[in-house]
Amino acid sequence: MDMIEMVSMGLKIALLLIALLQVVPIMLWVERRGSALMQNRLGPNRVGPLGLFQAIADAVKMIWKEDLVPGHVAQPYYILAPLISLIPSFMTFGVIPFAGPITFNDHVINFQIADLNVGLLYVFSVASLGVYGIIMGGWASNNKYALLGSLRSSSQMISYELSMGLSVIGIIMAFSTVHLGEIAAQQSQLLIQLGPLRVPKWGIFIQPVGFLIFLTAVFAETNRLPFDLPEGESELVAGYHLEYGSMKFGMLMMAEYLNMTTASGLLATLYFGGWQMLPGMHFILHHIGLSGMALEWTRVGFQAMSFVLKVVFFLWFFVWVRWTLPRFRYDQLMDLGWKVMLPLSMLNILATGVCIYLGWF
Amino acid sequence: MLIKTKKSFLSEFYWIEVFKGLGITMKNMLFRKAVTIQYPEERRNYSERYRGQHYIKATNGVENCTACMLCPTVCPAECIHIEAGERPDKEKYPVKFEIDILRCCFCGMCEEACPKDAIKLSSIYEMSIHQRDVYDKNFLLEQRGNK
Repeated sequence: MDMIEMVSMGLKIALLLIALLQVVPIMLWVERRGSALMQNRLGPNRVGPLGLFQAIADAVKMIWKEDLVPGHVAQPYYILAPLISLIPSFMTFGVIPFAGPITFNDHVINFQIADLNVGLLYVFSVASLGVYGIIMGGWASNNKYALLGSLRSSSQMISYELSMGLSVIGIIMAFSTVHLGEIAAQQSQLLIQLGPLRVPKWGIFIQPVGFLIFLTAVFAETNRLPFDLPEGESELVAGYHLEYGSMKFGMLMMAEYLNMTTASGLLATLYFGGWQMLPGMHFILHHIGLSGMALEWTRVGFQAMSFVLKVVFFLWFFVWVRWTLPRFRYDQLMDLGWKVMLPLSMLNILATGVCIYLGWF
Repeated sequence: MLIKTKKSFLSEFYWIEVFKGLGITMKNMLFRKAVTIQYPEERRNYSERYRGQHYIKATNGVENCTACMLCPTVCPAECIHIEAGERPDKEKYPVKFEIDILRCCFCGMCEEACPKDAIKLSSIYEMSIHQRDVYDKNFLLEQRGNK
């Protein structure tokens, strides 16, 4: 590994880490302001312009609160649980590409931290580690509600991870790779030309059913409403993080929001072309009169911008859905998972197979 | 009893309803004004007849009250305590006039009973204090919120 690679790697890690850490407070603010606006309220608007510094106030409060460990908990696991749920949520984003590769001094720089050829499998395996934190936290809390929450979380994980995995198989079949960079790159291909409108081969156009299943399963995986049964404020007080306070609670919260970010990144990469530029950006890029290296770097900037916009849209979608839909009942959740989504995702694989046999994509 | 309702296929298929719901929340967010009243800066407009903190009306610096005892008689919460006295000009007046504000239920019957238009309920509603309080005559005679 030579100098350029090392420097670029360091920069990428720093950039992503800082960006991910910024997502959490901003999302907390968006969540609170967004929910308020949807319910015809104002939300936190006192601290700083538009209440933006509320995020800082929240963080300061979290950090300076007394770090209490209740007497009845199983201490080592209780302390370990927030870490176990936080670390995988940081790890997963490492394989998601946020811009197209660039050639710089004969080095191809990929804009993802780890260019794994098992990308998608890595994401699934690490993301499902996160549930151990939740189960551990619920168990170690030695509290009925917390335990019920974590039990629900594990059963939800089992039922939805299945259809989640099966729904992306359609994508893997269509692009015949699990390498996330390649999946993103392949989505620039032309799918169909409708007059002047060029429809690219984005995942959503070739796998609409798969997308809906994946989207639903992602909501269940990240424990967001309408599938937030592990937390279930109205029935389980706060579910698995009932006995947690101060920064330990903050870490569980961060893990939830980071999981959302990773899920949004994955949704964008698999179904919305990843770093492929948004419609119109190509036109702008080729008409601002740049050439050579400047053009390349502008391209990277545009691609990163497109990716960020897509992720932001999905993050907003998470919030939007949360304040629209009520929570599912437990049996409805299981019904939906096993009786609807699982057969549907299998049918989707079959249909994809037929399409590939017919040579449609 | 378990009642089975027949649903159409489309409503069983959640997604259409989900997107309708998303549309409703977005509509609320974009086109409806927030109903919040930002309290210290904005105040709700209360009715002219709102019954708030008490005061005793004074004319030329002398309280209207003649200690006729009608208000402690009519008071359902029994929170008014009056001790009557006599002025040099043989006029009856309250030596003590106390309202136990914690017992008061703000029904306004004292105001109705008063023949001298002395005890009144103003429209002041910010009455929180740090200790349990009995309003004495000096306090009640400050003409705050005079109607």
